[in-house]
Amino acid sequence: MDLMPLYLSIKLAIVSTIILIVLSAPLAYLLVYFRFRGKSFLEALLNLPMVLPPTVLGFYLLVVMGPKGALGRLWEAITASPLVFTFAGIVFASIVYSFPFAIQPMKTAFEKIDRRLLESSYVLGLSPLATFFKVIVPNALGGVAASAILVFVHTMGEFGVILMVGGSIPGETRVASIAIYEAVEALNYREAGIMCLILVPISYVFLLIINRLTRSNLYGS
Amino acid sequence: MGLKIKITKKLPHFEVDVAFTCDDGKVLALVGPSGAGKTTIIRMIAGLERPDGGTISYNGEVWFDSEKGILLPPQERSLGFVFQDYTLFPHLSVFKNVAFAAQSKEEVIRLLKLFDIWHLKDRKQHEISGGERQRCAICQALARRPRILLLDEPFSALDANTRRNMRDELKNLRKQVSIPIIHVTHDIDEALFLADDVLPMVNGKIVRKWMLQFMLKERTGMGTHDDDYKYGFTKYHGFDRSVLYDSMEIEKWRM
Repeated sequence: MDLMPLYLSIKLAIVSTIILIVLSAPLAYLLVYFRFRGKSFLEALLNLPMVLPPTVLGFYLLVVMGPKGALGRLWEAITASPLVFTFAGIVFASIVYSFPFAIQPMKTAFEKIDRRLLESSYVLGLSPLATFFKVIVPNALGGVAASAILVFVHTMGEFGVILMVGGSIPGETRVASIAIYEAVEALNYREAGIMCLILVPISYVFLLIINRLTRSNLYGS
Repeated sequence: MGLKIKITKKLPHFEVDVAFTCDDGKVLALVGPSGAGKTTIIRMIAGLERPDGGTISYNGEVWFDSEKGILLPPQERSLGFVFQDYTLFPHLSVFKNVAFAAQSKEEVIRLLKLFDIWHLKDRKQHEISGGERQRCAICQALARRPRILLLDEPFSALDANTRRNMRDELKNLRKQVSIPIIHVTHDIDEALFLADDVLPMVNGKIVRKWMLQFMLKERTGMGTHDDDYKYGFTKYHGFDRSVLYDSMEIEKWRM
């Protein structure tokens, strides 16, 4: 049995998760603690991938990331290789697609932090940036971990967007969900069954961990 | 010199409008019922809220001036703030909480020993009692060697016994630090015990006369005639606080 699709899925999920946590933590901080014009529009835009059909999102991503799209051209100018139908392309698509899943648990965790802790930190002389790293993040570790796991699981199960942007290139963009679909199409139920059997418990265990993390406060206060 | 304050701020039900000074080494108490605007005032001194108008300065350094558009962030005011229900960082031990903004490790050790919480240095906040937390919060505020110290109802969440002990500890503390201390409380006895000057507040204004009358009626059963309460006040508390009743003469009847 070809394990490459499973490997690709896990690799995609890890890369997307790391990038998304780094990107969404400051953004969640901005959304929770600062008031600025257009905040609700930005929030709605970030959550849009959650309600759009993956094919619609995939279509627009394909247009923007294609050889004639702005992002595709920029990418080609820098790396001299196309963005669509590559691993980098599906990483980018995953990031857009999973953004709401990264940002929501983190926002919830940040909102739960007593504002007086931040004020206390400011009064003690720490800048908002130092406060973010020394007070907010350590007290929102449960939320950050929940974000990471949710993104990981969500990316593992991604199908429509990847198919639109990445197609099914073995070793490059043919991730587990696509391989399963193709196996079924080819009436190869045995291979599809094995891959499903591997994916289901992984997702289930991760969801159990999220439940634990979001329910308990790490410091028992 | 010391801390000079003259600020106004509109709140939903009334306007805060106060002017006072607090010299180095002095303790000033803002006393009044909850919702009188006391906390808002020290939050404005700390830079956590912006006044609508006026000035705040410390030893000639302007922290806020509405006309000149000056507003120093809390980080640049270098002050200590002890919040109402102790805001220790839950992810840090007692030691690390005090060391959070400390000048030196020696200072942290000195303070922890001074406030008798050295033996708790490795505990987290949920593993220690209310009084111990409040001691830790005071150490945390002092560890950075603040230029002024703000206490917002520091004892309100403590039981009567612990409160008495903490009061004594603070009284000792004031002998050791020569910075202005502003103490917000709703308890007139607590204020009189610690403070050099007491500013009774109602609805955002300083109303010495009303507060003293109220207090005396409650405590001594005396009338509201001026001589009565002047006499009763000194008698009841047994010490001379000329600042208080001098100002009673000047202060208008505002209630």
